Amino acid sequence: MYQIALKMLLANRGKYLGMVLSLAFTSLIMTQQPAVFASILTRTYGLIDDIAIADIWVMDPQAQSVDESKAMPDTRLSLVRSVSGVEWAVPLHKGQLKVRLPDGNTVGCGLIGVDDVSLIGAPGVMRSGSMADLRMSDAVVVDAEGASKRLAVQTDHGLRPLAVGDGLEVNDRRAVVVGVANATPTFQSQPILYTTFSRVKVFNKSERKVMSFVLVKAQPGQDHRALAARIASETGLNALTADDFRARTLKHFIKRTAIIMHFGTTILMSFCIGAVVTGLMFHNFTQDALRHFGVLKAMGTDDRTLLLMILSQALLVAGTGFGIGVGMAMIMGNLPGDPMGMRLSPLILAVGGGAVLSITLVSAALSIRQVLRLEPAVVFKQ
Amino acid sequence: MDIGTGAASAGSMADDPAVVCAGLRKCYGEGATAVHALRGVDLTVQRGELLMLVGPSGCGKTTLISVMAGILDPTEGNCRILGQDMTTLAPRPRAAFRARSIGFVFQAYNLNPALTAAENVSVPLRICGAPLREAMRKAEAALDLVGLGDKAESAPGDLSGGQQQRVAIARALVHQPQLIVCDEPTSALDHANGQRVMELLRRVGTVDGRALVIVTHDARIFEFADRIAELDDGRVTRVGTPAALAGPLEGAAGLHGGDPGAKPDGDNHGDRPPAHVGHEEHQAPPGGNGAGTSARMPRCCTD
Repeated sequence: MYQIALKMLLANRGKYLGMVLSLAFTSLIMTQQPAVFASILTRTYGLIDDIAIADIWVMDPQAQSVDESKAMPDTRLSLVRSVSGVEWAVPLHKGQLKVRLPDGNTVGCGLIGVDDVSLIGAPGVMRSGSMADLRMSDAVVVDAEGASKRLAVQTDHGLRPLAVGDGLEVNDRRAVVVGVANATPTFQSQPILYTTFSRVKVFNKSERKVMSFVLVKAQPGQDHRALAARIASETGLNALTADDFRARTLKHFIKRTAIIMHFGTTILMSFCIGAVVTGLMFHNFTQDALRHFGVLKAMGTDDRTLLLMILSQALLVAGTGFGIGVGMAMIMGNLPGDPMGMRLSPLILAVGGGAVLSITLVSAALSIRQVLRLEPAVVFKQ
Repeated sequence: MDIGTGAASAGSMADDPAVVCAGLRKCYGEGATAVHALRGVDLTVQRGELLMLVGPSGCGKTTLISVMAGILDPTEGNCRILGQDMTTLAPRPRAAFRARSIGFVFQAYNLNPALTAAENVSVPLRICGAPLREAMRKAEAALDLVGLGDKAESAPGDLSGGQQQRVAIARALVHQPQLIVCDEPTSALDHANGQRVMELLRRVGTVDGRALVIVTHDARIFEFADRIAELDDGRVTRVGTPAALAGPLEGAAGLHGGDPGAKPDGDNHGDRPPAHVGHEEHQAPPGGNGAGTSARMPRCCTD
């Protein structure tokens, strides 16, 4: 009987395609938008993920997120190192500066200053060049996305990515690119320059304090939260585990921007539109087929079978629409030149699928009601 | 497809009628706007009989046939279908009983355009839970029986009106029901096709003790009936063979007057005198050369 139900659905091509496309659109928005949102959120704490080796981040008590830090005196570093349970602690600078490219263009960039000796804080995967070369005079490493986009150099033959060996001007100081590395792009899609902590002071001569964070590794067996609390109480600074700092950064970002409202509104609207269109079309489809359902009822099909027939129709529409929508979302997410990217997690797929299924089940319920209330004697009327 | 080889004995079929309606009343609505579609109908349909219900529009034919098919409950009275009182059955067993025991032929064919002819014919078997392959095999055999074996894969839209009605007849027969209910099976067809359809129904519809009840306005097909029951204003006014009721029934307007013919079964209404061709006529077993039956020669259905 389910085969009959599906044939009835597929025979009404116009309505079937209408329902599928409506659900495909809804699925696209309900998966693509949260995926883009997740990608954006990931960028807000990308630096924390890139420096995964650090167990604890120590910062000025007024610092709210990884992007909004307040520089500390260098002496704080020794204080942190003196706390028991600390394996090692290194400084990290995070700031902004202007860079002049070889072609004369000026670009605003982020600057990360890593520990001179250990280079902890630098990205782990190099595309070209060597991170060890960062110890050379005037050396900087740039992130791959920045090198290929905002820092691309204009030549006679068009734009080419910034490469190892290229010279830059950083706050009127000379810098040489010694490497290009993979790093999590920033929320603002700003290029990132990596250099040593001591060279930051050269680039930013006007700033007295340049230490934004202290990165801490806990001794084996130490409880990270307990150690962070101990550091905070002994130094007077704020100390958070990497997970807690990530959550705090995220919370601060969501609170300070309207981004969740914008994304939420788009997702809600697509849900409502999808629900209305699919519901109406499914209702009309069942209305068109009501006589045939009446014939089946007259011939002895029970209500349970009719219900399952309609559900099978609804599930086919939902499955097809969702599949097309997610496919379109994945294509959009892999388009070349896409600045934001997407993070399509199983959770987003599950929630999106659940929303599409709920739309379909409600539509089916409205249709089922028509059929269950149908008097089979209606088939004897012309 | 095995449609049976012959009728059961007259005596046994008379003792075990297919449908027994006693004091049927059906009222739609309440109060001043209530519509009394049936006003006390007493009627028996014997096994192996072709009974036609005739009468003017609005006389209650469709309501009566709906009650006989078990898809409508009477307001009062009782209708036993193949020995079963449908009002005592819960919805699911009632649906199962209909699926097993009753076949339907509709005025508008009601073939599903999404299915092929064979798939349409297989529907009653699939409702009963038959495996798909078996249902399709039997459906194709039923189509062969009605002369449409080569149209199994055709869509209903590709068939003529007469062919569609023959597919509908095959659908009504495929699960070997004991009662077939037809609502105006020839009204959408021209005379030639209507005759072919009736010849087919006559040939295959009443074998093996199967009862056939046909609602019709079409006087041209009265000759195919074993008995005709005339309804007017929710009551059965006359029952008899086509010959006995000939003349007044012309045009199927259900005219009163002329030879009143037989009274309906157990009719206590009205004051018409008992007819001289009454009691034996409508108790006569079907299919034989009963007195008063019009010329009714089995004919082969031809394309």
